[in-house]
Amino acid sequence: MRRLRLPGRAGLPRGEGPWPWLAAGSLALSLLMLAALLLLLAGRGLGHFWPAPVELVTLDDGRQLAGQPVREERRQTLQGSPLRERLYRTGNRDLDGEAWRWVEVTSIARRERPDDWAVIERQRWGELIVRPLALEEAGRRLAEAPLWAAFAARLERVLSLRAERDALRREVIAPLARRLAAGHDDAEARARLTEAQARVGELQAAMTRDALVVESAAGERLTVPLESMLAAWRPNAMSPPEKLAAWGANLWHFLSEGPRAANTAGGVWPAIFGTVLMVLLMSALVTPFGVLAAVYLHEVAPQGRLTGWVRIAVRNLAGVPSIVYGVFGLGVFVYGIGGRLDDWLFADSLPSPTFGTGGLLWASLTLALLTLPVVIVATEEGLARIPAQQREAALALGATRAEMLRRVILPMALPAMLTGVILAIARAAGEVAPLMLVGVAKLAPQVPVDGDFPYLHLERKFMHLGYHVFDVGFHSGDVEAALPLVYATALLLVGVILVLNLTAILLRHHLRARHAALRSR
Amino acid sequence: MSETLFSQAAGGTRSAVIEIPAARSCLEIDDLSLRYGGQPALQGLSLRVPRHSVTAFIGPSGCGKSTLLRVLNRLHDLNDEVTQSGRVLLEGEDIHGPGVAVAQLRRRVGMVFQTPNPFPMSIYENVAFGLRLQVPLKKRRRDEIIEWALVSAALWDEVKDRLHDSAWTLSGGQQQRLVIARTLAVQPEVLLLDEPASALDPISSLKIEELIRNLKSRLSVILVTHNMQQAARVSDYTAFLEGGELVEYAATDDLFTNPRLTRTEDYITGRMS
Repeated sequence: MRRLRLPGRAGLPRGEGPWPWLAAGSLALSLLMLAALLLLLAGRGLGHFWPAPVELVTLDDGRQLAGQPVREERRQTLQGSPLRERLYRTGNRDLDGEAWRWVEVTSIARRERPDDWAVIERQRWGELIVRPLALEEAGRRLAEAPLWAAFAARLERVLSLRAERDALRREVIAPLARRLAAGHDDAEARARLTEAQARVGELQAAMTRDALVVESAAGERLTVPLESMLAAWRPNAMSPPEKLAAWGANLWHFLSEGPRAANTAGGVWPAIFGTVLMVLLMSALVTPFGVLAAVYLHEVAPQGRLTGWVRIAVRNLAGVPSIVYGVFGLGVFVYGIGGRLDDWLFADSLPSPTFGTGGLLWASLTLALLTLPVVIVATEEGLARIPAQQREAALALGATRAEMLRRVILPMALPAMLTGVILAIARAAGEVAPLMLVGVAKLAPQVPVDGDFPYLHLERKFMHLGYHVFDVGFHSGDVEAALPLVYATALLLVGVILVLNLTAILLRHHLRARHAALRSR
Repeated sequence: MSETLFSQAAGGTRSAVIEIPAARSCLEIDDLSLRYGGQPALQGLSLRVPRHSVTAFIGPSGCGKSTLLRVLNRLHDLNDEVTQSGRVLLEGEDIHGPGVAVAQLRRRVGMVFQTPNPFPMSIYENVAFGLRLQVPLKKRRRDEIIEWALVSAALWDEVKDRLHDSAWTLSGGQQQRLVIARTLAVQPEVLLLDEPASALDPISSLKIEELIRNLKSRLSVILVTHNMQQAARVSDYTAFLEGGELVEYAATDDLFTNPRLTRTEDYITGRMS
């Protein structure tokens, strides 16, 4: 009898072959790219807040300059010989006309880091990098020693006076002025206003008392009033813990203050606030609509060809480019609905528009529309995952369909709805293009929430971190100053989205834990 | 017992059906036919279900016994593909009648399914679910009913100290008894059990059977099972269905010891074609 022989498989590799390695390699590469992205943002962005040392540079022709070294670049001269140049942040824009200097490294004769040089941040003209010489009080030279300690104490006084003045303006004068402007003409308010204004005048005068005499590296002397200063530090004299504290303080100022100097200095608090508020409003708008639409589509509507088409349409809406939604928002929400609202409700203030221009409400609505498909799809998938037995059990106990939905199905679908909201947040928080059409502003120092009725001002324009990155990076006059802020703001945007998502994920986790055993089945 | 046996011609096949007097029956099924899409699932069924007893429906898979059960509390209403004819009377009243609220009917005709399906809530809330749908009760009264239901379902001793734990922490058998308690809490007149023990281990299964025997003093039980030993152990009457037709319906002892039709005999002795 002839034996049947199987040919067998030649060259079968032992083990799994290269595929697991290829897959693992792809994953590792992806993670590496992500890590590189975050490291770049963190390194460039967070390093900006570290108090950099001041170098006093003497060039070989005898000239001196003082500045903080930023980076070096290798270039070529026109003749082709190599050239190494170092960028210094020299400040003193009002003295020199420029705040940055490229210095050829080979032309540097001497570099020192003297302890007594200071960096002074001012309200206007950016930073001063100078050597303090003496203090003046009301024009009279003082002989207090040590100079820096005396100066620091007097600067502290000016800062507290300024805080008092700003608080007075914000909390007393502004409400009174609004009250009088609204037609409440009472003598008491008028008297209090006059009194407060007098006090502001006193504070102002007290702030202008002191001045600091300084000398720049070029040998120019000038008298700087303390009233114009925001902060001052001597980076070369600071110990590492002091530098760390200064770094933290700078970071805190960045997070908690409004922008200054055409967004190239100061902080991004209004942008953080605007981003978070817009995303929260968007979530509050999109969730009920998306969930109800999904419930109708999955639970109420008879399943047939029409629902199939609707489903396909909804899924495809998720792929429409966001700028298209922006155009729609501009045409329908801003000009259509907003213009009509202005005609009806705010006719007094026309032609200046109230709702007929981009604002928080329209931006949130536009993004809600943009993220609606995501919520619908996620919720529907959640509804589809609930076993039919749960529905039948509820019905068999005498529940109507509405009771079954409300008491059994929707609670069980809650994690899925939150998944939808998480996806919506992730998509919406990073969108910039549609916002430019429907309400984001380059500079909106007033956040949309304040103490005035109705407290939440939906018609106001708002700042957004994503747009801030774009604006600071591409529309600022001082690119070198803006670049670190671009990195820092981008990092912050990632952080804000992360926090928003984590909140939603924790909420979902909490809900899942409540019916933990759903997964154990 | 004044039960008369009569034969009827259904779909060209002879069948033997015991006649329960109308006065002793809680449910009356009259010439019930049902189609899924175009496919016939039940054909001309007529039988009466006696009150305060356990009636078992047996038959091979796909014979229509579960379909029949779902007619009795109108769960088929949800399915557009189902068309049916004939009447079902609950205590003399047509369950498809125009004045019948389906939610109210389902409260009166409770149902327990094959796989335990407690809601993702606490044990207490599971039992309270049906109650909360009815008129609002004082908490004390509600607690009493919940305790009564759990005692009736032989679960109280096992869960009385953990009423507010998730129902999902119970074992499969406990979950099924919880589901029975949940159904009992709304005090149905008829309890439909769709293979209630088939997903359980033998010991849990025995507990459920014992529970079913105890329940019939309070209500009428209809049990669908593919397990003939279980039907024999638990039920008072047994109906054998095959191919959507009622073949034989008799007192359980008669049907298993002395089947009148060869089709029945073949099935219960395992000679299935």
